[in-house]
Amino acid sequence: MKQFIAFVRKEFYHVLRDRRTLLILFGMPIAQILIFGFALTNEVKDSEILVVDYARDNASQELITEISASRYFNIRQAALSYQEILSAFRAGKIRAVVVFPANFNADLLHQNKAQVQIIADATDINTANMITNYLSSIIMDYQNRVNENLNMPYRIIPETRMLYNPQLKGAHGFVPGVMALVLLLVSVMMTAISIVREKETGTMEVLLVSPFKPVLVIFAKAFPYLLLSLVNVAAILFLSVFVLDLPVKGSLPLLFAESTLFIITCLALGIFISIKTDSQQIAMLISLMGMLLPTMMFSGFLFPIENMPYPLQILSNIVPSKWFYIIVKSIMIKGLGLNAIWKETAILAGMTLFLLAISLKSFKIRLQ
Amino acid sequence: MMQDDQVIVCEKLTKRFGDFVATDEITFEVHKGEIFGFLGANGAGKTTAMRMLCGLSAPTSGKATIAGFDVYTQTEQIKKNIGYMSQKFSLYENLTVLENIEFFGGIYGLSDQQIKDKTNELLDRLGLKSEAKKLVASLPLGWKQKLSFSVAVLHEPKIVFLDEPTGGVDPVTRRQFWDLIYEAANRGITVFVTTHYMDEAEYCNRISIMVDGKMEVLDTPANLKSQFGVRSMDEVFYQLARSAKRGD
Repeated sequence: MKQFIAFVRKEFYHVLRDRRTLLILFGMPIAQILIFGFALTNEVKDSEILVVDYARDNASQELITEISASRYFNIRQAALSYQEILSAFRAGKIRAVVVFPANFNADLLHQNKAQVQIIADATDINTANMITNYLSSIIMDYQNRVNENLNMPYRIIPETRMLYNPQLKGAHGFVPGVMALVLLLVSVMMTAISIVREKETGTMEVLLVSPFKPVLVIFAKAFPYLLLSLVNVAAILFLSVFVLDLPVKGSLPLLFAESTLFIITCLALGIFISIKTDSQQIAMLISLMGMLLPTMMFSGFLFPIENMPYPLQILSNIVPSKWFYIIVKSIMIKGLGLNAIWKETAILAGMTLFLLAISLKSFKIRLQ
Repeated sequence: MMQDDQVIVCEKLTKRFGDFVATDEITFEVHKGEIFGFLGANGAGKTTAMRMLCGLSAPTSGKATIAGFDVYTQTEQIKKNIGYMSQKFSLYENLTVLENIEFFGGIYGLSDQQIKDKTNELLDRLGLKSEAKKLVASLPLGWKQKLSFSVAVLHEPKIVFLDEPTGGVDPVTRRQFWDLIYEAANRGITVFVTTHYMDEAEYCNRISIMVDGKMEVLDTPANLKSQFGVRSMDEVFYQLARSAKRGD
């Protein structure tokens, strides 16, 4: 045990002394969360929207003025036909359309309620959500202000349609996605590189000649990255909750337990790569091409798996990050418990055991 | 020579990789406190033999005991009783001198007190007191290698294996390095050293030269020179190595 502690302490010296390692470890997750978070949400400013006003009455005109006064929206000329609206969407010129029905004001006066239709381009889900929320709150503001002077309150009902992606699949998917990416980078790449580095510098031989057990060498090398990855999970969740206002709906301990499982999967992968390769560059290349790319492609984080050709859908099943992505999304966003994700957890655990087994096996062969 | 004086005993030790015989039935013994030179051209089978003696790789056939322990079954005990320094520099560059000593002391299972005592002794001997908190990367190569050797014998092993320990170092520093080796040998540590420098070969008590996996000669430098009728070890080595069929 004392040997193990001496070893782990040494590993921390390595990590904390290397500025590039530190930057990747802690700079990258923060940068990714902020880039993914804000680059997407800030775009909502000055969004081009189209107003179709069939009513052309006082109420609709007032509301349009309100919307155009907002710094979030630029109102373009009003198209009148549904075809024109669709072609504007297709050309990507506009992000949303607000449609006032012909008898907007009359409905308000006689029935005390009226509908407004908001159609948003939901290919970019975050933006679509932001826009519809802003538009709805502008409408609510207007309604509240008018209602102050009335006995019988008006109700304006915004009816929202998300064009192209009605179920908003992948909403807020980037936080779980970034989590999978960051853990993958830290645990697979950094572990692989740090073990291969010892091979390159010749210190691995010295370690193997020492009475310290070879298997323990590997575990002692991986252990610090387990701790650092957990710190990264905490940092990402902190940013997500306090900076991006995306709360963790499910159980936090469960989320950490699942993250630990995924980290161990990644460490096993990293160890496997490090056993099979002898240079840091190759270890890095394999980690990036072999792990990072499939994660981007096949975890469902950037591209919906349902839309892929069938063979690719099958292929996506062997990517561990896909299962972790589903798990995190279920816990964080849907607030589900272990009973809903036990299948994914079991698959991930199985993959972990398999990877650990083959890396330990090839490590023994390697020693001969 | 007394039997219990022998710390390394090899009998027809052989390692095959498929059809390739890397080490071919080598038989020799090394005595306590001896400085044993293990020479041979690249690809002659030195590294393979050394890996078997360190317990890193299992022999295909033959017998060998290191410090009385069997290379097939008692590799754990062997590892506790040997030190090792490789041709590549084997300390951690981004750890300080002190941290390196603490780390290697730690994985060899020394107690905190032992590590402290050893550290003071070692820094005194090497004159490195003022550099103790500096990163190893900032030390000159000669110092690094002296430190590396001192760390390899930190746990007072019975045998220390040195794999081309002085590669790339100037003759003066090499001489100083050998002073350390003599000191260790005087303390009773057996030194098993491979080298390509023939001036270093002259410093050894006995020398063996490997050619194509076989141990061709084994004797003192003086005897070898008279046996081959030449004036320097260089010529002895050259005559033997010329007959080699494989290289790297």
